[in-house]
Amino acid sequence: MPDLLLELFSEEIPARMQAKAADDLRRLATDKLVAEGLVYEGAKAFATPRRLALTVHGIPARQPDLKTERRGPKVGAPDAAVQGFLKATGLNSLDEAKIQRDPKGDFYIGLIEKPGRAAIDVLAEILPVIIRTFPWPKSMRWGARSGKPGSLSWVRPLHAITATFGLETEEPDVVKFEVDGIEAGQTTYGHRFLAPSAISVRRFEDYEAKLLDAKVVLDPERRKDAILTDAKQLAFAQGFDLVEDQNLLDEVSGLVEWPVVLMGSFEQEFLKTPDEVIRATIRNNQKCFVVRDPKTGKLANKFILVANIEAIDGGKTIIGGNERVIRARLSDAKFFYEADLKTRLEDRLPKFEQIVFHEKLGTQAERIKRIERLAAEIAPLVGADVARAKRATHLAKADLLTEVVGEFPEVQGLMGKYYALAQGEDASVAAACEEHYKPQGPADRVPTDPVSVAVALADKIDTLVGFWAIDEKPTGSKDPYALRRAALGVIRLIAENALRLSLMKAAASALAGLSVKPADAQKLPNDLLAFFADRLKVQLREQGARHDLVDAVFALGGQDDLLMIVRRVEALGKFLESDDGKNLLAGTKRASNILSIEEKKDKRAFDGAPDAALYSLEEEKALAKAIGEVKAEASAAVAKEDFAAAMRALAKLRSPVDAFFEKVRVNDDDAKVRENRLKLLNEIRSATRAVADFSKIQD
Amino acid sequence: MDASLPAHMRPDRSFQGLILALQRYWADYGCVILQPYDMEVGAGTFHPGTTLRALGPRPWNAAYVQPSRRPKDGRYGENPNRLQHYYQFQVILKPSPPNLQELYLKSLAAIGIDSAIHDIRFVEDDWESPTLGAWGLGWECWCDGMEVSQFTYFQQVAGVECAPVAGELTYGLERLACYLQGVDRIMDLNFNGREGAEKVSYRDVFFQAEQEYSRHNFEHADTAMLFEQFKMAEAACKKYLDAGWQKNSESGKREVHLMALPAYDQCIKASHVFNLLDARGVISVTERQSYIFRVRELAKACGEAWVHTEAGGAA
Repeated sequence: MPDLLLELFSEEIPARMQAKAADDLRRLATDKLVAEGLVYEGAKAFATPRRLALTVHGIPARQPDLKTERRGPKVGAPDAAVQGFLKATGLNSLDEAKIQRDPKGDFYIGLIEKPGRAAIDVLAEILPVIIRTFPWPKSMRWGARSGKPGSLSWVRPLHAITATFGLETEEPDVVKFEVDGIEAGQTTYGHRFLAPSAISVRRFEDYEAKLLDAKVVLDPERRKDAILTDAKQLAFAQGFDLVEDQNLLDEVSGLVEWPVVLMGSFEQEFLKTPDEVIRATIRNNQKCFVVRDPKTGKLANKFILVANIEAIDGGKTIIGGNERVIRARLSDAKFFYEADLKTRLEDRLPKFEQIVFHEKLGTQAERIKRIERLAAEIAPLVGADVARAKRATHLAKADLLTEVVGEFPEVQGLMGKYYALAQGEDASVAAACEEHYKPQGPADRVPTDPVSVAVALADKIDTLVGFWAIDEKPTGSKDPYALRRAALGVIRLIAENALRLSLMKAAASALAGLSVKPADAQKLPNDLLAFFADRLKVQLREQGARHDLVDAVFALGGQDDLLMIVRRVEALGKFLESDDGKNLLAGTKRASNILSIEEKKDKRAFDGAPDAALYSLEEEKALAKAIGEVKAEASAAVAKEDFAAAMRALAKLRSPVDAFFEKVRVNDDDAKVRENRLKLLNEIRSATRAVADFSKIQD
Repeated sequence: MDASLPAHMRPDRSFQGLILALQRYWADYGCVILQPYDMEVGAGTFHPGTTLRALGPRPWNAAYVQPSRRPKDGRYGENPNRLQHYYQFQVILKPSPPNLQELYLKSLAAIGIDSAIHDIRFVEDDWESPTLGAWGLGWECWCDGMEVSQFTYFQQVAGVECAPVAGELTYGLERLACYLQGVDRIMDLNFNGREGAEKVSYRDVFFQAEQEYSRHNFEHADTAMLFEQFKMAEAACKKYLDAGWQKNSESGKREVHLMALPAYDQCIKASHVFNLLDARGVISVTERQSYIFRVRELAKACGEAWVHTEAGGAA
């Protein structure tokens, strides 16, 4: 079966857009082929800085013929109906129609045959549509045609389209179409500098091979492999290790069609600047890799660059040029770093009085004061020294005002630590300058140093309460202040460090420190608690745990100790996996169901203690006794925070509950007995509430 | 590079030689070689030869050097790469020709950058000027890891869609010259390409100016006067725009504008005064946004006026 080759040749496509564009091209083309009844065997798409390419192989040469039957008028129907039928079916006369008998009479049936079209004609229709509607994140117009409405939009000017279709054994045909003055053909171009001439291509195999001859590696994966292998080898040859960087590799592979890996060096003295700053400088500004000395684990004074040409001087000029730029950049970075060291962190703080954190939440200076107060309150609860927690909070944001962080925002926190250490701060205080931002996401490390934990919690809780107070909560996909991340951070800090903290109290305290007073200040801590419950559910779901148990625990009310909630949920989860747990859950639900039906019928609740004098059956008495014991035992266990023991106590309810339902008819004819039994059922429900609200648990 | 050039005219030895080589190259292509605009601007884009001429349907090919002032970037002449006054070489081609990238690469060859030994790259860089209400897509052009030019296909300028689109090339002349001459500090550039006693360096020409203007920009610029000037320029711009509109006597609809250029001068003025105030640190973060917005509103009104002038394509 024939194959399609499509290439869209343009000016340089931004590196970050290439992979998705290749994928979009494949998806759009194959979806449309399938929708046209052309089921293909395989498809692959590629991107380089200057081209998107697609190969689809095993496309049928023609669409299948479509046969449909159309029911017409009754035999003997008026002429108008007959003429309408002929027109709709394309038949010349009724002689060409069949007659079919059914209970209502004899009807004409027209057989319409729609012959499949040649695939190449279908392609000529589909491809221009894909090009015209291609989903680039940003696209542009260009050239003389952009003066007229309806001109093509592409990521950068599109210069040529190659589109061929045919069998391996034959000369393929050009898929004939035109987009905005560009005729599809079979001519492409090689590397911009090394082999710029036109190349005539037939099909994917010779296309890829000819491009390779013309110094273009079509497949991005091959370019990445080549860069990585060569970079490692170059580093290794000098006794160093490459500092691997997947994002950088992805990016540089999208900047070259013919990767040539070269190594340059810089002056040893720049290594006095922290490694992270050197790496950020070299990577962000120059898109080069750094290497490490395996003996010390520290950076070496070398860098690895990826050029796009094989230079006739072997790369000497290119290396020299890059070295000059890197030298200038590193000397800026070194200058910034050394200048930063001249000012103590606390001396930078007055500037925060002029920097607005959020117009409704005041300046950064005000915010730091709030966090300081909150951190001092939280410190004793997490085992941190209050003075250190305050000192750390005082300094933690100051590095935002340093030159290095101004230049490289990604080293915020880290530079705070370096500068704090350099000015002789306590190690925990310095660590907190970096760690109070953590954890940044589900995969990030959670700090364990109590000082870091106190500052991290205070920072996040202040942020959450602040934005809640001004009603800037996350909605749908919008979370501009990363509040979900902050809440998850609080959860992980508490759970992973096994901390005891009343969130309600902390939130109320943070709220008291705010200068804005929200209208519904009373409701705020509860609202926020519900948000935490949601985040906890999301986290548990991601870990594959049962998130409905979170609801069952939160439904008890008054639960704001995250660690206890997590522990309770864990114990509950285990209990529900046991036979006792499953049966008790079933029994409790059955009791609840009966109760809700009867409550509706009688329009009353059956609360209150049952009357022991009204028990007539053994099973009733046994259940009442068991409930009494279990309630006491479970509550005592919960009071001791031994949730496993509480579950074991609940397990004792299982057999009396089962026996009760087996032997006892709840809706007794005697109204008094019925009422008493319903009250007993209610007691089952309330006994289980010592642990969780079982009605919120899904089966 | 033209091998017949005398030594003192070679772009790799002479700052003015670099400028002249670029002018020669683009003149040969057919550009109008304009002179710098006679007002203080932050970038070559502000020259009406770019901002306004980029609008409307008429073809326009021009090139020029534009002294650019960024008061905040002053470092009293001490920073090797930062100046409050520097030169941009600006090329504007409307509509953008299909071989604009090739033309650009040939211009690099004309100043001695040979693509057989230099690694030249087009790296994504979308351009946006909030004060001009303008944006475009394009690249930073890298030579051996150094950004030497900005390459932009204008999509919108002064709030008006570009139809057709113009291509804009901006060469950072000092940086390019440092690379060509192999020096690390702008001040060390050879300005006139002579040697010995005849040599004039960039320092000889501009060092004192950098010191004086840095003092002015950061310490002494009269902020009370500048605030006043901003308001005056803003008011004058609006006034000239109002006065320039010719309305249809029957429908009262605005038809033709007769004073877009003088109005735009006031917009440029406001923009520069804002930059000075910003350098003096007297504009807060929130105010900053509102000043930028005010300048943009002027630029947009000027763009709207321009497309109703003869050169702007009004019939």
